Amino acid sequence: MDRLDELESQSVFILREAFARLKRIALLWSLGKDSNVVIRLARKAFFGRLPCPVVHVDTGKKFPEMYAFRDRYAREWQLDLLVEPCPPIEAVDPTLPPAARSAARKTLGLKLALAKHGFDGLIAGIRRDEEATRAKERVFSPRGAEGLWDVRDQPPEFWNHFNASPPPGAHLRVHPILHWTESDIWAYTRREGIPIIPLYLARNGKRYRSLGDADITFPIASNAGTIDEIIAELEATRIPERSGRAMDHESEDAFERLRKAGYL
Amino acid sequence: MIAPLNAEREPAMNVQLSGCLRPFAPDAARALVRVVVVGHVDHGKSTLIGRLLHEAGGLPEGKLATLAAVSARRGMPFEWSFLLDALQTERDQGITIDTSQIRLRTPARDVVLIDAPGHAEFLRNMITGAAQADAALLLVDAAEGAREQTRRHGYLLHLLGVRQVAVVVNKMDRLGFDPDRFRAIEAEMTAALAGLGLTPAAVIPVSARTGDGVARHASATAWYRGPTVLAMLDAFSPAKAPADLALRLPVQAIYKFDHRRIIAGRLESGRIGVGDKILVMPAAKPARVRSIESWPAPAPSPAPRAATAGQSVGITLDREIFVERGHVICAAASPATPAKRLRARVFWLDRQPLAVGGEIVARIGTASSPAVVRTIEDAVDPGLLASDGADVIEQNHVGEIGIELRQPLATDAHAADPNSGRIVLEFGGRIAGGGLVLATETADAHAPSGRRARDQAFVGTRTARMDLDADALGAMASALAPVLAALSPAQRIASLRRELAGKIVFTTSFGLEDQVILHLISQQDDNIDIVTLDTGRLFPETYALWAQAERHYGRTIRAVYPRHDDLEALVARQGIDGFHRSREARIACCNVRKVEPLERALAGARGWIAGLRAEQSAHRRDMALVAAEPDRALIKLNPLFDWTREQLLAFVSANDVPVNPLHARGFASIGCAPCTRAIAPGEPERAGRWWWEEEQKKECGLHARSS
Repeated sequence: MDRLDELESQSVFILREAFARLKRIALLWSLGKDSNVVIRLARKAFFGRLPCPVVHVDTGKKFPEMYAFRDRYAREWQLDLLVEPCPPIEAVDPTLPPAARSAARKTLGLKLALAKHGFDGLIAGIRRDEEATRAKERVFSPRGAEGLWDVRDQPPEFWNHFNASPPPGAHLRVHPILHWTESDIWAYTRREGIPIIPLYLARNGKRYRSLGDADITFPIASNAGTIDEIIAELEATRIPERSGRAMDHESEDAFERLRKAGYL
Repeated sequence: MIAPLNAEREPAMNVQLSGCLRPFAPDAARALVRVVVVGHVDHGKSTLIGRLLHEAGGLPEGKLATLAAVSARRGMPFEWSFLLDALQTERDQGITIDTSQIRLRTPARDVVLIDAPGHAEFLRNMITGAAQADAALLLVDAAEGAREQTRRHGYLLHLLGVRQVAVVVNKMDRLGFDPDRFRAIEAEMTAALAGLGLTPAAVIPVSARTGDGVARHASATAWYRGPTVLAMLDAFSPAKAPADLALRLPVQAIYKFDHRRIIAGRLESGRIGVGDKILVMPAAKPARVRSIESWPAPAPSPAPRAATAGQSVGITLDREIFVERGHVICAAASPATPAKRLRARVFWLDRQPLAVGGEIVARIGTASSPAVVRTIEDAVDPGLLASDGADVIEQNHVGEIGIELRQPLATDAHAADPNSGRIVLEFGGRIAGGGLVLATETADAHAPSGRRARDQAFVGTRTARMDLDADALGAMASALAPVLAALSPAQRIASLRRELAGKIVFTTSFGLEDQVILHLISQQDDNIDIVTLDTGRLFPETYALWAQAERHYGRTIRAVYPRHDDLEALVARQGIDGFHRSREARIACCNVRKVEPLERALAGARGWIAGLRAEQSAHRRDMALVAAEPDRALIKLNPLFDWTREQLLAFVSANDVPVNPLHARGFASIGCAPCTRAIAPGEPERAGRWWWEEEQKKECGLHARSS
């Protein structure tokens, strides 16, 4: 087994555990490179058939290329797609900095979707190397009844044994690619031939490294026009992946506040 | 809102890296190794990690500026720990609450550094982090030495299966890089880890604050010849799934999406191939593997025919048998045990102590069963090395439990399979403990009661252990090491007696250590064979003590003598005192008078108790508290391994242990009369043995084979 085989094997194990131990799970699809990898892994884990719905929590502010991608591959991959809308900005905590407040619409949309469908598990494509509070995540991460993340009291998790008994009303976030890096994602995307949104590839000296809402996501300077070039760029760069995601950087605790409240 | 491209760096952090980092090789060629950083709170874990990342060039652009700003906001000087202590409460309180991971690249490795909290109350988070590690850096403050969490973390590393450990002695700058202070800590930590069956890969003097010893050697430590921390990271190896053990494939689920009935799971150990005979445990249903399934269809290449440990697979069988989640697909020739009762060495993390009668859920592989705790023994706090009360394991302590399972679970003793021999305990729907399976008992055995009955019930598995090969024996010694390390010498002997079926031999030469062990054995009803090797050349005082000891303790000491024909030939060849002539002649004498008789003394034994202590000589520091002797197919225990001479003397005097009067006349280590002399005050203890030879070579061969 090479490095990608090992990553894949561990992720497949996690996805099968989630499916076996939880009653009603959904896979969160942000349309980005990471959740596309998760979908690929899930199709492998379940021999081509995704046994749970795929949820896109839609802020309505994604790039047009993202919607085109969603509609095409939901069909091609035969996904059981649920598009869930987000409430307007006025419904969000006004003490949050502007971009974080905007991003937090997704948290509220997620809560509504949870209530509507009664999911007890959500599969999310976050990774430890993206951001420092995500680095402290568990693979099976319990969320309280309000969707809150209690970072002070995370349960122990070791030897591939996961805490999978959420109390009534609570749910689990399952993170099958927590141990992957940005480079791993691209190397696997290349190996498996997973389609990507073209915004990741450089045009006119710029490309998006991380995709979110169009109004709070910014491109980086880059000439990487192919996946090979992206991988080469990542070897050399020291700029963090989420530097173009405005809500991470507005204040020291902005992203932690988002995540504690239930953001991904 | 893009982070600044040219963030200012603190001048002090600008270290020359030329020569320390080579260009990155392609990913596939680079091994990935996970290294946890553990140790007592405030001994500098986060600072070391920050320093390593900085020196390896792994910090993202702008991170130093951010950290400087975050530190300044709290009125603090530059604080490395904020790099990983990302939570607001962690930063505000200056403590690491939860484990975190961050990547860096060394010349030869991709490294995942795992930060683990040092506070006792966050031990569950330390375990969550450390359980993922292939290797560990155990940090010790040079001024403070080993503290509570240093010991606790060292102990847990072993219980978690982390075998590669390097000790980092931090804050050397505050002691002016004093080599004597370093060597004292080096000796202390080496002995402590030896007690756990661990040999540190290196003991490294550093100052994480100044960077000395982290990526480059400091001029102040010119006396140090070992690796830097960065070089050490390069030397650690990734742990591999055990492909060479018998097949264990715990079933995660059965998928029936189409005409196929696919059994899904990941190989914990061993290999599987199409056509292989398997047994589905615990019900022991036989079948053969019909196919290994994969998606997408691997055209044009043929479907996979085999898989190995670590791989997630789907298989189909050649016949319709009932298989469900929790079952284990095993090699037909060597299946797992369907355990109805088992004993395990566990750590316990819940606030509510684990008590006899307590109801928990036991999880092994993908299986789980409600279970009742029937016995608790040897419960200790591994940080303070203090025993708990009877029948209870307190939070963050360790102990040995016997549990009864409502449904049988397929498992192995940890000694036989380190993966499938692990158990996780759930309490109130949450993981609350875990550890190593020591012994199992099948459903067939009748329910025992009381210790004696229970011991008999476990004989079945113990007998099986008597055929352990070298690896299994080594694994068993490794499993025992942390268990025994936290116990008193008397408890160590009793514990070994419980663990091993068959004969245990204690060899005595009536030295101080041997007399203390004889005393301890005599206090227990322990069925241990006490043997001495009468070389024929012992001191008259030793023979007198032999007789006195038999009277005092009411025990018979079995004597084993040299073979008379070998002895006659030896004396004919080299004369009665020929051993003075050469080392070869001396060893020939030792062989005939001690080494060969020892083999007969140990014949048929599964356990050997001896009186070695780490501080006795430089060579003996390599020996261990407990170790496998594969050639003799036994486990050797040195119950006084970590005792000092002062502890020994204090015990002798407190318990009126009869000892050899020669000790009072300056004889420290007493062997054969012609080959032992008194030592001067301050001389090493074994200086009086074969004093005409070099220090490194002074073993007769009893305790060091093939030297």
